Amino acid sequence: MINQFEVIETNKMVEEENLDVRTITMGISLLDCIDSDLDACCKKIHDKIFESAKDLVKTGEKIAKEYGVPIVNKRISVTPIALVGGACCKNSDDFVKIAKTLDDVAKEVGVNFLGGYSALVSKGTTKADELLMRSIPKALACTDFVCSSVNLGSTKTGINMDAVRLMGEIIKETAELTKDKDSLGCAKLVVFCNAPDDNPFMAGAFHGVTEADRIINVGVSGPGVVKTALESVRGESFEVLCETIKKTAFKVTRVGQLVAKEASRMLGVPFGIVDLSLAPTPAVGDSVADILCEIGLEYAGAPGTTAALALLNDQVKKGGVMASSYVGGLSGAFIPVSEDQGMINAVEAGALTLEKLEAMTCVCSVGLDMIAIPGDTKATTISGIIADELAIGMINQKTTAVRLIPVVGKGVGETVEFGGLLGYAPIMPVNQYSCDAFVNRPGRIPAPIHSFKN
Amino acid sequence: MKKLIITVVGKDTVGIIAKVCTYLAENSINILDISQTIVSGYFNMMMIVDMNNSGKHFGEIVDDLDKIGEGIGVSIKCQKEEIFDSMHRI
Repeated sequence: MINQFEVIETNKMVEEENLDVRTITMGISLLDCIDSDLDACCKKIHDKIFESAKDLVKTGEKIAKEYGVPIVNKRISVTPIALVGGACCKNSDDFVKIAKTLDDVAKEVGVNFLGGYSALVSKGTTKADELLMRSIPKALACTDFVCSSVNLGSTKTGINMDAVRLMGEIIKETAELTKDKDSLGCAKLVVFCNAPDDNPFMAGAFHGVTEADRIINVGVSGPGVVKTALESVRGESFEVLCETIKKTAFKVTRVGQLVAKEASRMLGVPFGIVDLSLAPTPAVGDSVADILCEIGLEYAGAPGTTAALALLNDQVKKGGVMASSYVGGLSGAFIPVSEDQGMINAVEAGALTLEKLEAMTCVCSVGLDMIAIPGDTKATTISGIIADELAIGMINQKTTAVRLIPVVGKGVGETVEFGGLLGYAPIMPVNQYSCDAFVNRPGRIPAPIHSFKN
Repeated sequence: MKKLIITVVGKDTVGIIAKVCTYLAENSINILDISQTIVSGYFNMMMIVDMNNSGKHFGEIVDDLDKIGEGIGVSIKCQKEEIFDSMHRI
């Protein structure tokens, strides 16, 4: 039988160390909503999402009460809209109409984000894909809860550089259209290489075409729990360090598995995956960077950071995999800058640069995330940064992503405030040298070879 | 059997166990196990109870206990047992 110490340990994790279930995300296929008439398509989309998710928020709250564990977000991901809207959208404004439909239904069912305003263009771009990409700035400016993502490359197909070039411009335009809110639109837009079909985390969540009609995916969190556990093993060997992370990750993930199974049962929707992630929030004590410091670094970004992060990421997976029957999504440690107080401190101290962050993304989930850069950064430079990050994903057969925010009207040294879970960020300097001629070449980067690994 | 774990944490005072147990008895909730310690003046109690025969819904029990806790000046939490089982048992 459960003993008092175990009960106290669990409750301490929740009350003092910010243990929570970060998100229950319901994936909904919209492939059966395709229609050649735009209004009919929008109606079908609205009705299907509403019917599927009307009890999602209520169920999440009920589970949180039963187990005494907060479930921070309830979200929805849908089939990439470029696929759904292709038959009825003749121009970008038609796609914006679908975005508004998604925003309305998200508000009706009470979720806090809806992902899937997406296009998958890793090898080539259809007319619908291009219209959707061009509609992103307007769609994100006139909606509150819609999140957008574009998959620009993969290990099997290479990188679609035409789309990378276009997305550099789209990110700039999105920043411009939401400049009165510190370019907040860009916080809801992410580009990927090797995007997973079952990711429950925003802004990159979409419901892949390989998925069932509806599915429940859960993302766990708990950097604070890992940090606290590591405080008791200061100065110990790597073996002890790694064992401690594994055991903690196991416990955290078990909570996610329980919540996922329960949500699936109560909603009558199959359980998909648990995403084993260390996802920070701006709250003090809920930071991945603080774990790196606890491992032994003065600041995240100091020499040794990449090794410490590689170790952390691997142990989280090793501990978590046994705790869940199905693991998927982005699974790993997230290193967003604005959402992590420890990362912000490291940037302000001058310990962490964009280049070091890029190196860190080679060994962890996901990529250059929530990084504010000067508003006058050129579109081609943004495309160059995207291409670099996607190349890391393509060659290393992992998911990588970029979520940059070129804050209009602000420069290095200034701070931008997004509020809530998105936090605040100091604007980071970007390498000033040009990559225009590289980015402006048409075509795509071929798929890499998988032998001669050097 | 529908097992719940009730935890009470707060400053020690007269009648904490009495109040909680009275509520449980009135609502036909059976106590299976109870353990209690005082750590530096702070009262720590854990109960494992069975609510199978109770006429109340789980949500009501949580809210009632929360109110009782507020009255005595302690924090009373009530959770389903599975959360602890999942975390601490393979």
